[in-house]
Amino acid sequence: MDKQMSAAQVVAQLHDGMTIGIGGWGPRRKPMALVREILRSDLKDLTLVSYGGADVGMLCAAGKVKKLVFAFVSLDFIPLEPYFREARQSGAIEVMEIDEGMLLLGLRAAAWGIPFIPTQVGLGTDIIARNPGIKLIDSPYDDKEWVAMPALKLDAALIHADRADARGVCQIAGPDHYMDDWYARAAGKTYVSCDELVPSEFFRDPAQARMVHWERAATTGVVHIPGGAHPTSCSPLYGFDVPHFKAYTASAGEGGIDAYLEQYLGASEQEYQQKVGGIDAIRAIALPTY
Amino acid sequence: MSNAATDYTLAELCIVAAAEAFRGDGEVLATGIGVIPRLAASLAMKSFNPDLMMTDSEAYLLSEPNPIGARGDDFVQANETWMGFSRIFDNVWSGRRHAMLGPTQIDRFGQSNTSALGGTYEQPKVMMLGARGFPGNSISHPNSFFVPGHNTRVFVDGECDFVSSIGYNPARLPRGHSLDDVDIRLVVTDLCVMDFGGAGHAMRLVSLHPGVTVEQVRENTGFELEVGSDVPVTAAPTTGQLAIIAALDPHNQRAQQIKGNPAGDRSGAGN
Repeated sequence: MDKQMSAAQVVAQLHDGMTIGIGGWGPRRKPMALVREILRSDLKDLTLVSYGGADVGMLCAAGKVKKLVFAFVSLDFIPLEPYFREARQSGAIEVMEIDEGMLLLGLRAAAWGIPFIPTQVGLGTDIIARNPGIKLIDSPYDDKEWVAMPALKLDAALIHADRADARGVCQIAGPDHYMDDWYARAAGKTYVSCDELVPSEFFRDPAQARMVHWERAATTGVVHIPGGAHPTSCSPLYGFDVPHFKAYTASAGEGGIDAYLEQYLGASEQEYQQKVGGIDAIRAIALPTY
Repeated sequence: MSNAATDYTLAELCIVAAAEAFRGDGEVLATGIGVIPRLAASLAMKSFNPDLMMTDSEAYLLSEPNPIGARGDDFVQANETWMGFSRIFDNVWSGRRHAMLGPTQIDRFGQSNTSALGGTYEQPKVMMLGARGFPGNSISHPNSFFVPGHNTRVFVDGECDFVSSIGYNPARLPRGHSLDDVDIRLVVTDLCVMDFGGAGHAMRLVSLHPGVTVEQVRENTGFELEVGSDVPVTAAPTTGQLAIIAALDPHNQRAQQIKGNPAGDRSGAGN
């Protein structure tokens, strides 16, 4: 089976009003080329589920987002994401604000086909008070109340991997695959952009197969886009682009998202990469030190 | 270990005071978010509690804390266990963790806010990070706070604008649960050390940093603080502790953490 497709073909399979999960974490290994393709499209009214960074900020600023399911939106080294803040402070988006771990539980419930997972996380906080959709339940085994974290079913998940084969075997070789395996399992359709496309024989080495975190049946489409996580990192291949994120953040106080997109987005990923210095420059970005 | 130092910064005093939070913890994951909390946890691990566990802030547990900042090409960190983010939650929910964090607001109940200030929830005046992992941390394991600027905007009158973490608030206590399920340890600020060991889990003054008065702390706290009759002075760092801190922070990032990087002893009495 050949699951290769283009970014435009991925976006053509997405529809207005869909719930879309975006893998990665803050400024790390986000499927930014696929996000940019959404920015070039007419898609709107999306519900996003994300450990958010500029993916969320850009889509909010471009008016693509109806609702956001989040625990944080941050660029880490720049703690506050400027366009997410604008969207919240102008009341432009609905939100379901939850704990980081609750987001994981919601994806797991969706992946396992169950309506909720009981947890103590959220008890006593405004996570419960501000989310009438999250119910407290009695336990059949004790006299306490617990949070029933509902399944976060995704119509589609977008993920960036280090490498994949055409059948959808995806490898994340960086130090952390975050919750990307759960995004893949929680989604009806999972689209994975990859920095490198490899033959299936690549995974015969057990050390390589060990870094495959979900089965290919959970992958719908594979898009080969070297550098496709830029300006976020794809460790160990490249770090996040600090000057680019600084320019992005500064744009919020200057010309806004329109000026940022005018300067960088381009009509295609090829144009985008030319504007940010090319794939060699992306691959040369040093890994961060924490 | 060694003698009390006479020449130290307020940041170093705070690191040493905050390290005390981890002293009796035994074998738990110590997470310090921000330079001073991270150095505090690292100092505890390097001195009186070597059983602590610590991450590289990315995906590995370390048997030795990493120094902060650029570490040179020949540096090899002391990995001992893979610890990706999903596994952090497995550890959090097991309770074997103590986090020290710096929320934007803290109220009389020990509830904290990392999310939004002012306005309405639908349209806050100032949006910050979001609740992050605070709800789960606060109900699962002990937590401490570090506040670099002790004032009434942080220690608010009334409840936090958004309650990210559960505290000792009877009105919000979930049915069947106990306030004793909440475990807030030390609150270290640029003025003093506090805890929630007062009557009915009231916030209580534990020690004053050298040169700080009870009045100063009261004026900068938006709610009633329990103060004993004889409040001790926060212990000065030892020369040995300062040496460990310097090794853990070779680029002196600690000097950037408290406005003006003042001296640790503000009594004006000289040394």
